[in-house]
Parts: sequence; C-alpha cells; structure tokens
Amino acid sequence: MGLHMPRGTLVVCLLIVGALALLPLLESRYLIDLATEIMVYALFALSLNVIIGFSGNVSFGHAAYFAIGGYVNAILLTTYGWPLWLSFPAAVVLSALAAAFVAYFCTRLTDIYFAMLTLAFSMLVWAIAFKWRSVTGGDDGFVGVAVPAFIDSRVPFFYFTLVIVTGSIALLWTICHSAFGQALVAVRENLTRAGFIGVNTRMMRGLAFVVAGTFAGVAGAIFAMYNRGVYTESAFWTESAQVLIMTLLGGMYSFFGPAIGAAVLYILERFANEYTQYWPTVLGVILLVIVLVLPEGLVGLARRLGARLVRRSGA
Amino acid sequence: MDMLLSNPTFVLIQVLNSISLGMNLFIIAAGLSLIFGVLRVINFAHGAFYMFGAYIMFTVAQEAELGFVTGVVAAAAGLAAIAVIVERGLFRWLYDKEHLMQLLLTFAIVLLMGDIAKILWGTDQLSVSYPDALRGATDLGVTFYPSYRLMLAVIGPLIFLGLWLLIERTRWGRLTRAATQDMEMLSALGINVPMIYIVIFVIGSALAGVGGALAAPINSPTPGMDATIIVECFVIVIIGGLGSLWGSFVGALIYGFVFNFGSVIVPNWQDVFAFLLLMAVLLVRPWGLYGKPEREGH
Repeated sequence: MGLHMPRGTLVVCLLIVGALALLPLLESRYLIDLATEIMVYALFALSLNVIIGFSGNVSFGHAAYFAIGGYVNAILLTTYGWPLWLSFPAAVVLSALAAAFVAYFCTRLTDIYFAMLTLAFSMLVWAIAFKWRSVTGGDDGFVGVAVPAFIDSRVPFFYFTLVIVTGSIALLWTICHSAFGQALVAVRENLTRAGFIGVNTRMMRGLAFVVAGTFAGVAGAIFAMYNRGVYTESAFWTESAQVLIMTLLGGMYSFFGPAIGAAVLYILERFANEYTQYWPTVLGVILLVIVLVLPEGLVGLARRLGARLVRRSGA
Repeated sequence: MDMLLSNPTFVLIQVLNSISLGMNLFIIAAGLSLIFGVLRVINFAHGAFYMFGAYIMFTVAQEAELGFVTGVVAAAAGLAAIAVIVERGLFRWLYDKEHLMQLLLTFAIVLLMGDIAKILWGTDQLSVSYPDALRGATDLGVTFYPSYRLMLAVIGPLIFLGLWLLIERTRWGRLTRAATQDMEMLSALGINVPMIYIVIFVIGSALAGVGGALAAPINSPTPGMDATIIVECFVIVIIGGLGSLWGSFVGALIYGFVFNFGSVIVPNWQDVFAFLLLMAVLLVRPWGLYGKPEREGH
C-alpha cells in the first residue's frame, strides 16, 4: 500500500471525474440529477466502509450521521440564516462529535453487540428528529432549505457536489491508506494480536467510527441542500441498512467497491420503482444473493472472474 | 408531574401500565434473547415475526371471528411454521459464517416479510377488538383498571415461569444449556444438536407471534410496526444482557417503567429516556445487567 495510488487506479479515477465534469454538456436534467444523487450515496457508502472494511465492525446505524449532517446544515442555513461556509463545516463537525459520542459507548463492545448498539443510537437520533418538532419539523420533515444563490440551480449544484465529493473521497483514500488505515486493518484481522503489538484497539475502532461519521455528515449536508429538505426517514434504521447493502454489494474489502455498489443499487432502485412497488423484495433478494453467493461483492466477483481468465489464458 | 406527587391512585395506574407494557415486551424480547442464547444469531426478523403475529390475530379473531384464544394459538402456530421454513431453508447455511452475514440474512427476511404483509393485509391500520371477557375494567378496590392490560401483566410472569422451568428444570433444558457451552461435544455424545436449534428457534419465534397477537388489540396492526418493536427489543436485551432470561424479564420491566413514567413526567420524550437508561447501564455494565462477556473468537 503506502500513500501512492497505483497508476491504473489513478487513471480510472481521473477519467471518471473528467467524464463527470463534462456531463452537463449533454444537457440532460435526468442524468445530472442521477449523477448528483449517486455521488452523494457513493461518499456515504465509502464512509461506512471505513468501519466495516477497515476496522471490521458493522454499523447498523450509519444513517444517523448522514441525517445529523443534513439537519444541522439545513437548520443553520434556513432557521438561523448562516452562510454556507459556516453552516456546512458546522454540520460536519457536529456529525463527527455525535459519532465520537456514540463511539465512546459502542467501542466498549464488539461484534453483534456493537451492531445492535449502533442501531439503537441511530434510532435515538431518529426519535429526537421526530419529536423535536419546533426545530426539525418532526414527521413533516424540515422543508424549504435556503440553498445559497450560487448553487441554487442544477448545474452549479452538480459541480459543487462533484468538487466536495471528489475532495472527500481523496481524503478518505489518504486516511485509509495511511499508517492509521493499516493499523485498522490489523485490528480487523486480529483484534487480540493487534492489541498485543501495542495498538490501542478501542481507540482505533473509535477513530474509524468518527472518520466514517464525519464523511457521512458531509454527504448528508450536501443531500439536504439537493433535496431542499430533510426527513426523519433519513435517520431510520432501514436507511442504515440500505447503505450497508450498497457497501457490501460493491465489496467491503476494496476501497472503491462501496462506490460501485452505491451506483449499481441506486440505478436498480430507480428502475425497480418504475415497474414495481415492491423494491424491498428486490433488495431482499439482492441481499440473499450477497449473503449466500457473493460475500465479497461485485468487486470480489470481478477479481475471481479476472483470476480465472488469467489462469485460462496461461494454461 | 403534580399528579404523581398528589394522587396515589394515579401512581398505581401508572405502575400497572408500566408492568403490562413491560410484560408484553418481555414476551417478545425473551424470544429474541432465547434464540441468541443458543443459536448465537440476532434475528432482525423477530420484529417482522411479531408483526405477522398481530396480523394473524386480525385475520383469525377479527375477520374469521374464531375467537381470541384461537387467534393467539394460530399466531403461535403460524410463526412456528414460518420459523421451521426460515431455519431449514436459510439459517442453517449460516451457522459457521460471520455474524455480519447472519445479520444481513435476517434483514433480507425483514424486507421480504414486509412486502408479503403488504400483499396479504394491505397498508391500512387494522383494528382488532378486545375479547368479550376482557372488554371492561376490573375493580381493584381502590380503582378500576382495564381487564385486558391486567391480563397482560399476569400472562408475562406465567410465560417467564414456563420458560424458566423448561430451561432450568428439564432434561431437554439441560441439553439446551449444554449446547450453548459446547455444541461439538454435545454432538459427539450423540445428541441431535440441529434438532435443539430448530426447537429453540421455533419457541423463540412463536413467542414473537404470541406477543404480536396479544399486542394487536392495543397497537393496531400496521406496516412498520416491525421496525419499531425490534428497536425496543434491542434496548431491552442490551439492558438486561443478551441470552439471559432474567435479563429480558428485568430489562422489559425497567423499560416499561421508564417509558410510562417518562411520558408522564416529560410527555413525548419517553423514547429518549429509554436510551439514556441504556447508556447509563452500558457505562457500568457493558454486557447488560445479567449478561456475560463474550468469549474471544465469538
């Protein structure tokens, strides 16, 4: 590993960013909306993978930090009239603080207990959003977010999202491939042994949780402005499950896997909703396939197929 | 708040409300905890099982008018059947896999059962009437109290006693406890361990069904009730300690009291109190009041 991205990966990344930057030339509202939404979900899924793929814990409550980022940004912009350059960082910092608070409790436990606790805490966030009607709008949602004028139309907002998401993903990549990221992998592979060689495992797992929560907050803060609203459902545990499925569908043992999973699942959802009202069933079936056949996700499948191809051409 | 200090009857009613809510939740949480204790699987679909119990109650007791008791029995039997299908068809492939995969599998069942419920029972809120015998209120001397809720407060401890006797006082219960310790050894001694797994899963799931059926007259069956109950159950079993029968019982009672008195003292914020309590317990006892620390490698 180390801090240099392999040249092939770097070229593919630059090509994708370049293609996205040219997308508005097609002048398709549909494509720009789709690309904006996928970018947000890709960042959301990648952030979750810091907990799952790198520290080896499963969070069933990641939507909480997405929702906190969204609510805080929306409320500061709209209710308090803060400028974006203050409200956005404030939203991200609050998501990080909330993640740190939850991590303090959750990292006392491991495995199933950890998963259940993350879920319970996310439902606490949901309950607060639901009950604190005067501030969050309760179950009607917080609507009419005051989006700053310079990004108040489709194409500028798309570029804004592209810049923030690309920057965030680059940062996440750097964090995950730093010494910190490698220590996390050690924790994932063997908690006890990582502890023996002097890694403060609880602290590492907690930090991974905070990093994940921070970037989920970034994604949520963007999404609140994109939708011009935040709704309680965004904190509900089924939303956490959805982003978890994105992460696993793409593949948790690869850095970019979750982004691929997010894109595939999001496009599938769009299609499915046009033909059927039973998206949950489709999602359930996808999940069964992941669990029973594809535990390493699409990236794992591609790697397996690739390896087979190489063997065959070699023989 | 003033009522609490000045009116003992009001306090008594709140205490009874807390116990009856707690006992209804205990029936469901005990099933979840029992299954975890033996199979080491947290069943996210437990909430969906509860929802199906409530819907079966609606179909049997309300639509077919076959009576309340038949409704409860049908809910238990229906969930037992679903449990056998789920265990044989899906769960057994995953006992040796990672916990994450097991959690995801049970979540897939949540998604599928949610849609099946929508197809079978629609999306409206359905209402189930109280059984005739329990429709009114019972005279407790100082006050009247709804008979149905009183029945819930009584039936919970009975189920607790039944489960306790089954697990602590029968040969079969001893084998089950042995299976949680060392299932390979048990298997080598000629005990049919997979059979124990199925029976435990069936009992636990049937408890969810019974809990749902009993809750149906109070909480009208509706889509989404599965997601709410599973979180309540999680809070209860984490407070009490996963896999402990006593833990579910005490956890459910505590939850009932915190929820009810919370809603009296600061209306609308009762959910948040339950979480504050959860955090307090975790600070002192990370494995819950009656839980044991997980062994490494599990």
